[in-house]
Amino acid sequence: MSFIKVIKPGFFTTIQDRGRYGFQKWGIPVAGAMDEYALRLANLLVGNNQEEGCLEITLLGPTLQFNMEGLIALTGADLGAKLNGTDCPLYEAIWVKKGDILEFTGVKSGCRAYLAVSGGFDIPEVLGSKSTYVRGKFGGFKGRPLQAGDQIPVAGPSGSWEKLRGLQIPVEFRTGFTNQINLRVVLGPQSDSFTKSGIDTFLNSTYKVTNEADRMGYRLEGPKIEHKSGADIISDGIPLGAVQVPGHGFPIVMMADRQTTGGYTKIATVITPDLNKLAQAKPGDSISFQAVSLEKAHQIYREYEGQIKKLKEYLENTKNTVKSTKKAMILRINNKEYYVEIEEV
Amino acid sequence: MYKKALYLLAGDKSLVIEFGNTISKEINLKIRNMILALERANLPGILELVPTYRSILLIYDPLVWIYPSLISSLKKIETELTSLELPKPRVNLIPVVYGGEYGPDLPFVCEHNGLTQEEVIKIHTGTDYLIYMLGFTPGFTYLGGMDERIATPRLKTPRVKIPAGSVGIAGSQTGIYPIDSPGGWQLIGRTPVKLFDPYREKPVLLSAGDYVRFYEITPQEYEEIAKKAEAGNYQVETREYSVGEVAGE
Repeated sequence: MSFIKVIKPGFFTTIQDRGRYGFQKWGIPVAGAMDEYALRLANLLVGNNQEEGCLEITLLGPTLQFNMEGLIALTGADLGAKLNGTDCPLYEAIWVKKGDILEFTGVKSGCRAYLAVSGGFDIPEVLGSKSTYVRGKFGGFKGRPLQAGDQIPVAGPSGSWEKLRGLQIPVEFRTGFTNQINLRVVLGPQSDSFTKSGIDTFLNSTYKVTNEADRMGYRLEGPKIEHKSGADIISDGIPLGAVQVPGHGFPIVMMADRQTTGGYTKIATVITPDLNKLAQAKPGDSISFQAVSLEKAHQIYREYEGQIKKLKEYLENTKNTVKSTKKAMILRINNKEYYVEIEEV
Repeated sequence: MYKKALYLLAGDKSLVIEFGNTISKEINLKIRNMILALERANLPGILELVPTYRSILLIYDPLVWIYPSLISSLKKIETELTSLELPKPRVNLIPVVYGGEYGPDLPFVCEHNGLTQEEVIKIHTGTDYLIYMLGFTPGFTYLGGMDERIATPRLKTPRVKIPAGSVGIAGSQTGIYPIDSPGGWQLIGRTPVKLFDPYREKPVLLSAGDYVRFYEITPQEYEEIAKKAEAGNYQVETREYSVGEVAGE
């Protein structure tokens, strides 16, 4: 059986796909990857469909041993990955052999990295998804974060995966990181519960990510946002990215593991592509909000999906030209070392 | 209830259809009708519908829909809404052991309301509670219709872990915890019935629009039902709802 053995679990590593849709009417949270862009890119690199489950690795990564041969890819945050002791490139399809060890030496930038394996993880879907919902103790690998000694079954590569070896995602498609994040929002559904000055405060202030920032939501601190008459509403549905403002006046951005319903006013909703930026934010990072019209938000969304489509086509076209016959060697001439790559023509 | 529903912005993939600003049976019925009509209309690119007390959260694919045409399609469905034949509501009979270790706050609820344990149990079991919505955690039902005589404020300090199946009171609401979770409700009893099991064919036992009626069992009966429930052999008794059989909305 092909599997990945967990030597050290790291801080918080779970299996996530693009989420468990269709069951919010029963109170079942969606879960899924926090940075769905990084998840989709990792899957594309190893020849999976974009929805496949990956390891979502938070801040301090695990130490993993591969009991398999195949392709892996790391995207998202740079958590200092090393494969058998040497730097492991991100955004590249990497061939691993049985016994290889992947470890993470510490956060360099971002917060969450995604590890895809060709063929995906061979775990049962629960309610149509491989995503782990930790609070509900179901989905993913045994409904919980990885622990030392776990053996995560890998389905094994399929299709033309071997041709993908060495494939890279061009720099312009990779996520850059900053400690000052601007999030675009569409105001509503309860923006009329706030005073004019409350809305101005929300849109013109800088907020800080607190320590209470996890898969459920990001609590921010900064200037208080003023309500007209109260922060409580009759409980209603909470969309992904909703910015809740309870009575204390500080915003909370609701993320993948959010509860399905809640009774606090929601001033705005973060647009889908910008949620990936927030998913990479760490406590102490600065957040500002910028209102866009729904038309603009939809235009941005179409461009975002267009970008992924373009990348997919690029990878499809490139994989056939990647030479797997490339060899590298070090030549010593007159006591000087030269790194030389050769390939068949 | 509003004359016409409000269509509220909720980001680039969702919108809220709001029918009113109160908790009422009338609004809830309207929402159930709208959900049924939307399901029948089977519009493309509608990913999920989440009904709540007074609104529907609708999740759509913005690659399929231009917003104005989505809104006009939805408004058309709303305008043509007549009372559809909703399925007849069912009453789910939920067995509960009251008091003792199963309901450690029953004495406080009695003291707060100046009632005996028997009186509190009689009042709590003597109502059909309408399931307005599910939400918060998997399988959690928001029930309406609790008798004000047993209303009790929440605990000042919430418990860190409340076992699944606990039946509690918070203000003038009553409810059941479907999974182990923290919480501040006054616990008056516990049911052995599994309200949520992700591996079951029907993961969530109760549906919005139906009713819940509690009845008292002994700790011994609790153990028997719990065993059956664990093995997947326990079926909750249900019957057709009839107005006025017991108190309730």
